Amino acid sequence: MSEHNYQPKSKFGKWFNDRLPLLTLANHLTDYPTPKNLNYWWTFGGILTFCLITQIITGLVLAMHYIAHADLAFSSVEHIMRDVNYGWLIRYIHANGASMFFLAVYIHIFRSLFYGSYKAPREIIWILGIMIYLLMMAAAFMGYVLPWGQMSFWGATVITNLFSAIPLVGESITTWLWGGYSVDNPTLTRFFTLHYLIPFLILGLVVLHIWALHVPGNNNPIGIDIKKPSKDTVSFHPYIVVKDLFALLLFLILFAFFVFYSPNVLGHADNYIEANPLVTPAHIVPEWYLLPFYAILRSIPDKLMGVIAMLSAILILAALPWLDTSKIRSAVFRPLYKQFYWILVLDVLILGYVGAMPAEGLYLLIARIGTAYYFAHFLIILPILGKVEKTLPLPMSISEPILGGSLNAEPARSKEDFQKL
Amino acid sequence: MLKFVKYFSLIFFLISSNIVSSAEKAEKLLTTDWTFKGPFGKFDRASLQRGYQVYQEVCASCHSLKYMSYRNLSEEGGPEFSVQEAKAIAANFEILDGPNPEGEMFTRPARLSDKFAMPYANDEEAKSANGGAYPPDMSVLVKARKGGADYVYSVLLGYEDPPVGMKLDDGVHYNKYMYGNKIKMPAPLSEGLVEYADGTSATEQQMAKDVVSFLMWTAEPHLEQRHKIGFRAIVYLIILSILVYFSMKKIWSRIETEV
Repeated sequence: MSEHNYQPKSKFGKWFNDRLPLLTLANHLTDYPTPKNLNYWWTFGGILTFCLITQIITGLVLAMHYIAHADLAFSSVEHIMRDVNYGWLIRYIHANGASMFFLAVYIHIFRSLFYGSYKAPREIIWILGIMIYLLMMAAAFMGYVLPWGQMSFWGATVITNLFSAIPLVGESITTWLWGGYSVDNPTLTRFFTLHYLIPFLILGLVVLHIWALHVPGNNNPIGIDIKKPSKDTVSFHPYIVVKDLFALLLFLILFAFFVFYSPNVLGHADNYIEANPLVTPAHIVPEWYLLPFYAILRSIPDKLMGVIAMLSAILILAALPWLDTSKIRSAVFRPLYKQFYWILVLDVLILGYVGAMPAEGLYLLIARIGTAYYFAHFLIILPILGKVEKTLPLPMSISEPILGGSLNAEPARSKEDFQKL
Repeated sequence: MLKFVKYFSLIFFLISSNIVSSAEKAEKLLTTDWTFKGPFGKFDRASLQRGYQVYQEVCASCHSLKYMSYRNLSEEGGPEFSVQEAKAIAANFEILDGPNPEGEMFTRPARLSDKFAMPYANDEEAKSANGGAYPPDMSVLVKARKGGADYVYSVLLGYEDPPVGMKLDDGVHYNKYMYGNKIKMPAPLSEGLVEYADGTSATEQQMAKDVVSFLMWTAEPHLEQRHKIGFRAIVYLIILSILVYFSMKKIWSRIETEV
């Protein structure tokens, strides 16, 4: 790519770049050839980077005022809300930022599912993404515990209790996680420590995620390789930068709406009641973004199997590049897959809905059907679909909408294209 | 197939909405013309001042406001008592302080920097004085209840005779809106219970409205500032997006592709 022949103009730049090629990296990032047909669903990568940085900065400020102690945590949050200058703003950005982060990551994941971005040669990007998603869930869960409200305490109790389902050592592991015989001060302090650590692990994985992306380059809505870089791509700067910025601003309007006009609508009222180990809330519900998995957990009568099902529901995604046997990436050319894709979206929404409802009667039945379908989608439908589906003809290239093209770029490229690369 | 998905989702949501409506037989909450709702919502100063009076004369004997300080009463965006008035209010309360140089604890009149005086020395005293039920701290009460201000307003006005056949233990009262319909707190408001200095007639509805507005403020003391900054932030973002939109169009016009 372009960094091989990049030379800084100034003498100092050249001297510095020979020792640490930061300028080469900057040049690579600005010139990075990006498919010109990317739609707005591709802007969520940039939005997610923004979300991560926002969470880290607001979290840093909150950590300066927050006190990780079972007796003081709740009142220190109230202190932030009342007495710290703009503390209410920082905290509401951080709390709603978590929801915005998950909203964006779900769009990002489902974009990938629709356009087959997880397929060769992008499996590693996908798996790194799943790891980021897992860490995000861990960070969000622990963050929700920190205000030490009723939902914090009881959510932590329910989730940590899941580990007790592990045969033989389960009880010991749970005690070890708690640092005692119930969720208490030691649990809070370690959750705070981990909640502070995880975002930086995520940041590291994000760097790898982007690095891995820059090797094959972006997938695109028609899911075929770049045939002629000079015609099919635009440089990242300014074309993609300005488009990402525009999308980010629209996203921020939604974000601001939540922060300023309904800052508590995504949370749970019970979390404004200080944690009380003697009073259990009527319904213990996780945050909205964990609800589909909560529904899967509760749909299985056996505790251990429920935990395994919940974990598998996430980990199965890591195997997706090999479960989906179709070579065609984009759902645009896969008429059957497109329909199953939308059923999956609906299935996950339904699971999220029943996850918020009590696990009984019709809700439980729906959760069970939804869970079964979720796994069937990945384990049965996708492997078979790739073999039997009659796909539509692909265009010649991104810039030529003439049909009859192939998925991969031809090995022989013109001299001009090589230079551009 | 897509039709199937559409019908399936339609049927699902019809069923689920039926379940929800049948499961939640909870009463529809009462509401009133809250001034703090909506993007430009502000508190009504006079109502907050009256609300403080209701809190002090009616609620404060059992319910604490432990996150509030007397200085808050004169701060912007609240009841906005003058500093002199807030000082005078604070001076009515005795606060335990100390130890003094002799090692003795002593009481003194409260200052602006003090937190609101607590009705009970500790939770146990609070419970034993109230038949075993702990009167919750009200600082964030409005945010801690589903339904928010409407819910607290409804509970205050929701005392009724129990339905025929319902047996209530001693010291338990029937409330139409309370979760489980049973509440240990006796009906706190009655016509003319307080005498408003500004001449507003102290009906139950008026007192409930004033005190709930006051509690909304104690739960969200920066609500007005939030609404104000929010409006500016969103207007700013909208203008900036429009500018960036046209920049984007201009930049992408260098190549043939539509953005």
